[in-house]
Order: sequence, then structure tokens, then C-alpha cells
Amino acid sequence: MPHSALWLDVGPVEQLPALGARTLPVQGGQEIAIFRTANGDVYALRNRCPHKQGPLSQGIVHDTTVTCPLHNWRISLVTGQALGDDVGCVPTIPVKIDGGRILIGRTEALAGAT
Amino acid sequence: MTAQASISTPGEKLVVIGNGMAGCRAVEEILARDANRFSITIFGAEPRVNYNRIMLSPVLAGEKTFEDIVLNGQDWYDDNGIELVSGDPVVAIDRAAKTIATRSGRITPYDKLLIATGSDPFIIPVPGKDLPGVVTFRDLDDVDKMLAAAGLGGNAVVIGGGLLGLEAAHGLALRGMQVTVIHLMPTLMERQLDEAAGWLLKTALEGRGQTILTGADTAEIVGDGKVQAVRLKDGREIPADIVVMAVGIRPSVGLAREAGLAIGRGIQVDDHMVTADPDILAVGECVEHNGMVYGLVAPLFDMGRALADGLTDQPSGYPGSVTSTKLKVAGLDVFSAGDFSGGEGCEDIVLRDATRGIYKRVIVKDDRIVGAVLYGDTADGGWYFDLLKREENVSDIRDALIFGQAFASGGGAGANPIDAVAALSGEAEICGCNGVSKSKVMACIAGGAHTLDAVRSGCKASASCGSCTGLVENLLAFAMGDDYAGERDNKPMCKCTSFTHEDVRAAILEKALKEIPAVMQALSWNTPDGCSSCRPALNYYLLCAWPAEHQEDPQSRFVNERMHANIQKDGTYSVVPRMWGGLTNPRELRAIADVVEKYDAPMVKVTGGQRLDIFGIKKEDLPAVWADLNAAGMVSGHAYGKALRTVKTCVGSDWCRFGTQDSTGLGVQIEKMTWGSWMPHKFKIAVSGCPRNCAEATIKDFGVVCVDSGYELHIGGNGGIHLRGTDILCKVATEQEALDYCAAFIQLYREEARYLDRTAPWVERVGLDYVKRRIVEDNVGREALRARFLHAQTYLQVDPWAERAAGKEAHLHQHLAEIRPFAVVGG
Ligand code: SRM
Ligand SMILES: Cc1cc2nc3c(=O)[nH]c(=O)nc-3n(C[C@H](O)[C@H](O)[C@H](O)COP(=O)(O)OP(=O)(O)OC[C@H]3O[C@@H](n4cnc5c(N)ncnc54)[C@H](O)[C@@H]3O)c2cc1C
Ligand code: SF4
Ligand code: FES
Repeated sequence: MPHSALWLDVGPVEQLPALGARTLPVQGGQEIAIFRTANGDVYALRNRCPHKQGPLSQGIVHDTTVTCPLHNWRISLVTGQALGDDVGCVPTIPVKIDGGRILIGRTEALAGAT
Repeated sequence: MTAQASISTPGEKLVVIGNGMAGCRAVEEILARDANRFSITIFGAEPRVNYNRIMLSPVLAGEKTFEDIVLNGQDWYDDNGIELVSGDPVVAIDRAAKTIATRSGRITPYDKLLIATGSDPFIIPVPGKDLPGVVTFRDLDDVDKMLAAAGLGGNAVVIGGGLLGLEAAHGLALRGMQVTVIHLMPTLMERQLDEAAGWLLKTALEGRGQTILTGADTAEIVGDGKVQAVRLKDGREIPADIVVMAVGIRPSVGLAREAGLAIGRGIQVDDHMVTADPDILAVGECVEHNGMVYGLVAPLFDMGRALADGLTDQPSGYPGSVTSTKLKVAGLDVFSAGDFSGGEGCEDIVLRDATRGIYKRVIVKDDRIVGAVLYGDTADGGWYFDLLKREENVSDIRDALIFGQAFASGGGAGANPIDAVAALSGEAEICGCNGVSKSKVMACIAGGAHTLDAVRSGCKASASCGSCTGLVENLLAFAMGDDYAGERDNKPMCKCTSFTHEDVRAAILEKALKEIPAVMQALSWNTPDGCSSCRPALNYYLLCAWPAEHQEDPQSRFVNERMHANIQKDGTYSVVPRMWGGLTNPRELRAIADVVEKYDAPMVKVTGGQRLDIFGIKKEDLPAVWADLNAAGMVSGHAYGKALRTVKTCVGSDWCRFGTQDSTGLGVQIEKMTWGSWMPHKFKIAVSGCPRNCAEATIKDFGVVCVDSGYELHIGGNGGIHLRGTDILCKVATEQEALDYCAAFIQLYREEARYLDRTAPWVERVGLDYVKRRIVEDNVGREALRARFLHAQTYLQVDPWAERAAGKEAHLHQHLAEIRPFAVVGG
């Protein structure tokens, strides 16, 4: 699996459903959710809603936001911030697409992992 | 890296690798500044002079010939003293010796070297990719191959529904081939167009006879010595006499890499197009500037200017480009520019005109246009693009922006939609369905029609599809000023539309709308892809209206319905198998016990709906759990759905000393008839064997209370947040009648209630009398409702668990990959 010191290759982009998400458990760390928007942009967040740890990967994606499946907080995929009146933030993980592969920032992905 | 790393002397030797659009444009720019500075040699791999690559599409389509698209003929090279070496590609750069070598062995020295090698088409690595008959779409040779194939007729498959693929498909279709486009993503040109515009484009191309397969993944190109078909991952095979791969391009960086230049996604250059070697420059699609690579011509023109400025000692610098796209397919006007992914702080302004097939969307952020997508009418594309590039503040023309330059500029500062309608001529058509002009609407208002409904009945404007409702309301506001109080006692579905649930449902039937984007276009949705409130509602309305044809949109389902299980606070799921009428048996109980142990479920509980709920199942284990339950004959209990939940029963006449009828048996029959049905909200049924009512039938959506002389049918009960006892619908004599009335009542609710209305608020809104009229008094109507319900059930009674256990939507249950620190397992 090709990967550099800075980026982790986590698979081909076509394995992400449009307007949906897939998950990436991190051994010893916290699960990551990778999202794809309607026009194919890809974002990664910790898979934990800032409200009560809802799995954001299971929410409805529209535009660049995901609505948490547990209590409908809306979270920005770009900044990880809760939108509207809710306050909270979930860590984001940098993503880039190269040759149809999804690369995520190694340091951020492994943050907290033992 | 600097612009003037070495001082040039007259007559320096400039060698250009690549006789394409960027290389020759850069040379033109240099000549324009200083015609004598360099002695120039251009090497081109293609055996021909410089031509306009973007016009290959019209050549393929038969609209132009090669001669028409030549940019610089041989005379240009001759007149400017340029030596052209064509058909002999450069194979190596020797930076130490400052020479290049060609395939034929020719060695040429340089003082300055310009790399303009463009891009290579990307070939997806599937079996059969090298078969004769598989072509790319990059140069004239490719076009010649396509034309040769088209001469024989037959089937063409184009892999890739982007700009290039669609232009290839269009050309091949015009040349008489039967064309299928295979596109991986759910919408065409997803990089340039949003879902709404992509859908319109797909519909238009299908209307022209092309077959467009979206969400289609190529597995293999099949053929014996020559292509014969393309096989998709889902098993479908599409016959093909020629396959065009148009899935993308990769900067052509091989030469530069071997020469040891800095390479990222392309050859890295500074603002003056100088690479890591001060004597080597690069322009065009092969470069990476500031992290960006480009695949359009406008940026390379800008690059050419900066390069020439730098090389002729007047460095200006290339700031990067913002690009816009147009599709060159006659009769299909598609334009896109900038960023349309939306998001925080972004505001979408959307205009749809279903009658004329127009969709326009402008994205504004911090009072500036950041993106635009236009379909059907692209006249204002250039204007929006200009405002975007200049980062012009548009707050003054914000409200009129979407009507285009002519109106926004004419209206000037403060223009708003009411001024917009005021500015329309009397002849202007307001209502396309009924052909009502502005002057007719104004006359109608002047004649005393002071509400929307009055206008609708007075002159028919907005009385059909209703997409001109906004315009009519603006005319009312214009005509009446402050006296017009606004309208719409029924609230619109959500903020994406001004239509009510009822309007939308009526339009779906009347206009035969069958997909979510079709509804959004026809009813002028003011957002590009709806919201988490209207998408699930539309998905339901469509499945209810078109049971046979409906295609599920999983992304328009709430998590529970997408996963076919209830999500719990810790992200695990609960699993509730159906227990018909609350009955069970040793086999089912054993299977449940086995599942609890095998998957380590922390809890199993008897629910308030007379069945068992297994808690704490991980999403990865769901398909296996379902397979085990299926093996014991159990199917989904839909405990998660806006659907038929349970049919509670009591013991009834078989055992109970008070029982008057077989309530258990009737409950099982009702559940067998109704399970699987999707509804506006959850739906609960109970059958009690006598008026003691142990099954609590009088707080159910549909309840049956058995009495000696027959069956009392109850409707509209709710035991939830607001307790509501049922109303009595009627009494019937036989089990069959109880079943028939139940089916008819459910169908009436399915067809007429608003999404997320349970039966209780719905019955209160329409009134018990109305329901009685439809179900009890109208025998023919009841029979028709029942028949429609049973027809829909033939499509809905498929166990979703069995489908998932068999592998459907497997990605919903699997992780993309797992990360172990310092080792990655992808997949
Ligand atoms: C499991 C169960 C509780 C139990 O352990 O008994 C249950 C569990 C939930 N109920 Fe319930 N309800 C359960 C019987 C009931 C009943 C009793 C009944 O059906 O006889 C009622 C009152 C009767 C009624 O609906 O009229 C009931 C009224 C509600 C309501 C309020 C509905 C209302 O119209 O006011 C909600 C909230 C909602 O649906 O929006 C709700 C919502 C829920 C949800 C789905 C909450 C949620 O969104 O996550 C709970 C899911 C837990 C889970 O993951 O399984 N549940 N819920 C019962 C499952 C029955 C079944 O076998 O399918
Ligand atoms: C069918 C088609 C339609 C298009 N439509 C549009 C459009 O509508 N709008 C738009 O903006 N863009 C469009 N494009 C893209 C546009 O054509 C490119 O962005 C542009 O041509 C890039 O210019 P370039 O000089 O970087 O590459 P090219 O024009 O490809 O030129 C590179 C040249 O270098 C030659 N070369 C490569 N390696 C070597 C070597 N080792 N030795 C010698 N020569 C070499 C190649 O043979 C080629 O001739 C279209 C492209 C195609 C194929
Ligand atoms: S009453 Fe229903 S919704 Fe409330 S906690 Fe119990 S199961 Fe959950
Ligand atoms: S956990 Fe996400 S909204 Fe409550």
C-alpha cells in the first residue's frame, strides 16, 4: 500500500457513496468518518458528534454538512463546527485525492492512538 | 527559483517540447514581445502542425474539418524562423549537457528549455483495456480511429460522463452510432455540475437517444482479439464495437521526472513558470502551480503571458486561474464556474423554469459570487464569471442577480423581485401551463382578485403546476402594495420550496414526476439538492405514487431506514424481528437466543409491541445477524420504519373465556397483508377479542375490537406523546371486510397524509366524516383504494434483511479500511 510519511492511503474514492460516508476505525484511537458530497468532494471527521458522540457517518449529507443521526445537530464537514444555534466542534482530518485514491493526514488520523 | 536566474543573450537557443496549445501559445507570446531574442526549435510527438485541440469535438461531430482547426500552419513556423520537428518525440533531457534527445536519435542543445507536454489520458486498469477498439480522446489520431469505427456503425461505449466523454458520445451519436455512456458517479459532470443540472443534462441526452448509465462501474472490457462488450461490476454487459475511455487525464511528467525536476501532481513551477532548474520552464497541463493543475485552455493562456514576460525581462507573474466550463454540444447549454460545493456562509440563489428547461444557481458568499451553475440558458455565464473573478460586491443587486445582467443592471441598485415583475412587459407570459400573460393577471387583480386563490380561479394563472406561484404573488404585491398581506394558509413543505405537501403530491401525479431531481426541477425548488427534511418526504411521495417504478434513494432515508435497524445512543443497533400477531415458537426463540449469544448482545427485551428486541449489535454484524434470523424464518419487523410496525393481538376466542372472535388469527392475517408497507409515519394495529380490549386497540392507528355480531373498526388512535383514543369508523360483519377496510384505510392515509403525520393528526385535520365518506359510504372508492394498496404491496413485501444478508448495499455495513498505527490495511 503506497503511503508517505505524511499521508495515509485509505482506499479508492469510488468506494464512497455520493452523499454518504464510510468509516475507518483506528486501532487504539478514535474512529474516522469519510464523507463524499454530491459533487464528489471528500472530507474526514472524527466519527463522534460533539453533542453526545453520535456516529456522524450515519447522518444525512447535503451540501457540505452532515445532520447527526441521533439528535439532528448539523455539523460542517469543512470545519467540524456545529452549525445554527448549537455549539461544539469535532476534529477534522485533512484529505486529498490523488490518482483516485483517498489520502488522509497521518498525524491527525493517528492523534491519540497508542 | 527566480524569474531571471540567468541573463539571456540575443540568439539564445530556445527548445520547446510539445507542439500543442500551451507550447505554441507561449512561443507566440514571446515573439510578440521580442521576435529576435531566441532561435526556436519546437519538437512535437504528433506528426502535424499546431492545432486547436478543443475543436477536436466538432471535428468528430462532423461540424469542422482538420483544416478549420489549424492554429498555426507551416507558414507561421517558416515566417518566424521556427524549426518544427514533428512526429519525433523527445525521449530524454540531459541537464548537465543542456541537450535533449529524440526518439530518432537527434541531439539538440538548448539555452532555455520549455516543457509543454500536456497530459496523457488516464486508462482505467481493467482487463481488456489493451484490446483493439479501445481508444482515448486526446488527439487527431484518436478522432480518426473513432471515425473509422463509426463508418461501420454499431455500438459505441464511452466510459466517463465528464466534459470529454459527453462530447465524444455526442460526436459518435451524430455519426450514427448507438451510444452508451458509463459513468461511475451518480450524476454526469459532477465536477462541474450539481445534482440538479446533472440530472437535466442526463434527461436531455436520453431524450436524444443516448443510453446513460450512472453509478456504473466498469469491471472488464470483453472481446476476442477486438472489443465486443463492456462488462459492469453488477454483471450487466453492454455490446461495444468501440470503447472510448474518457475518465480523466494525468499531467505528462515522465521526461521531467527522469531529468530530476521537482514533480508533484505536475511539474512544479514558480510564478514565472520556471521549474526547479532555472533554465527549464514549463507551461500547460503538465505543470503544477501553487498546488493546482489545470485541464482547460484559459489557464494556459495566462501562463503563456507570464512565461513570456519573465523570459523577456519584464516579469509579471502568474497568479493562478479561476476556470469556467462550457459543454460543446449543440443545443445543450451548460455552464459552470467556480466553487458550487456550497457550505458555511454560502447562500444559494436558484431559479428554475420547468417549462423552458432552465436551471440557474448562483452561489454567494460574503456578498461575492463564488460559483455558478447554469443549465438551459447560459447567456449570463460570462457575466457571472466576470463578477466572480473580479470578486465584485453584489449586495446591491443581490435580489435581482439571478434574473441576469440585463435585468440586474437595468434595475440598478436596490432592484428586487417585485421591481423585476414590474419591469416585465404586459405580454410577458406568467403562467406557462395556462398561457396567462402579465396583463391578464393584472386585469384579474384589478377586477378584485386579491388573493392567490382568487387569481387562480379568476384567470387560471398558477392554477396548474403552480411553478409560477412566486411570480403571481409578486404581481399581487406589486399591484396592491401594502394591502397585500401575503398568502398560503397551508405551510410550505420546507424552506426549499413554496409548495405545500399537497401541492407536491398532486404535481407528482399530474406531471408524472418519478425522481427527486425531477420534482425539484418541475416545482422550482430553491435549493440545489433539497434538505434533510424534504428529501425523505419526496422519496416517500414518489414510492407511494409509483410503486412499480420507484427507485429507492438511500441517501434520502434517515439512518434507521437506511440501515434497517434502530440506531442506539452508542452507535450500535437494535434488531426486532417480526413475530406475527405477537405469536412465536421454539424455533424462533432458539434462533433469537443463538443470535444473542453468538453476537454477544448485551440485552434482549420484550417490547411494548409484543415482540423481542435484541440490543447492541454492531453495524458490521447486522447482515450476519439477519441471515441467522432469516434461516429460522423470521423477517424484518420494521421497528425502525415509517411503516407498518406491529399488529398486537390478544388471545381471543381460541382460549379466552370472554373471547368473541379469533382476534389472534385475524391479527396475523392483517399483519401478513400489511407488513412491508411504507407510510407517511409509523403505523400500529391491534386486534382485541372483546371490548375488554387487552390489545389496546383503541389507541392504535387502526384497531379492531371484536364483538359477538362482528368487528368494530377504530381509526386514528395514538398512545404516544399526545394520547388520543380512536374514532369508530364502522362495524363490519366478517373478517374479510375487516381486512378490506383496513387495506383501504391505510391506502387513503398513504396517499393523502403529509409525510411525518401520524393518523391521529391527519384524521383530525381532514375530519372523521371525510374518512367515513371515502371508506364506508363509497364502496367503489374503497375497493379501488384496497386494490391500489394490494398492488403496492406486491413490490413492498420483500424482506429488506434478506436482501442485505445476500450482500445488497454491503458498503453500508463495512468499514472503508482499518488504521493500525504504522500499518495501513486499505481496501
Ligand atoms: C422498543 C420500544 C420500547 C420497548 O422496549 O417496548 C420502543 C422504542 C422506541 N420508540 Fe416507541 N417503542 C416501542 C413501543 C411504543 C409504543 C407502544 C406500542 O406500540 O404499543 C408507543 C405508544 C403507542 C403509539 O405509538 O401510539 C411508542 C411511542 C413512541 C413515540 C411517540 C409516537 C407519537 O406518535 O407520539 C416515539 C417518537 C416518534 O416516533 O417520533 C417513539 C420512538 C421510539 C424510538 C424509535 C426512539 C428513537 O427514535 O430511537 C425507540 C427506539 C428504541 C430502539 O432502538 O429499539 N415511540 N413506542 C417499543 C417497540 C415496539 C415494537 O415492537 O416495535
Ligand atoms: C476533445 C477535447 C476537447 C476539449 N475541450 C475543451 C474546451 O472546450 N475548453 C477548454 O478549455 N479545454 C478543452 N480541452 C482541454 C484543452 O485542449 C487542453 O487544456 C489544452 O490542449 C492543453 O494544452 P497543452 O499544450 O498543455 O497540452 P496539449 O495541447 O495536449 O499539447 C501537448 C503536446 O505535447 C506533445 N508531446 C507530449 N510529450 C511529448 C514529447 N515527449 N515530445 C514531443 N512532444 C510531446 C503532445 O503530442 C501534444 O501535442 C479539450 C481537450 C480535448 C482533448
Ligand atoms: S419511551 Fe421510547 S423513546 Fe422514550 S426512552 Fe423509552 S424507548 Fe426511548
Ligand atoms: S449526538 Fe449528535 S446530535 Fe446528539
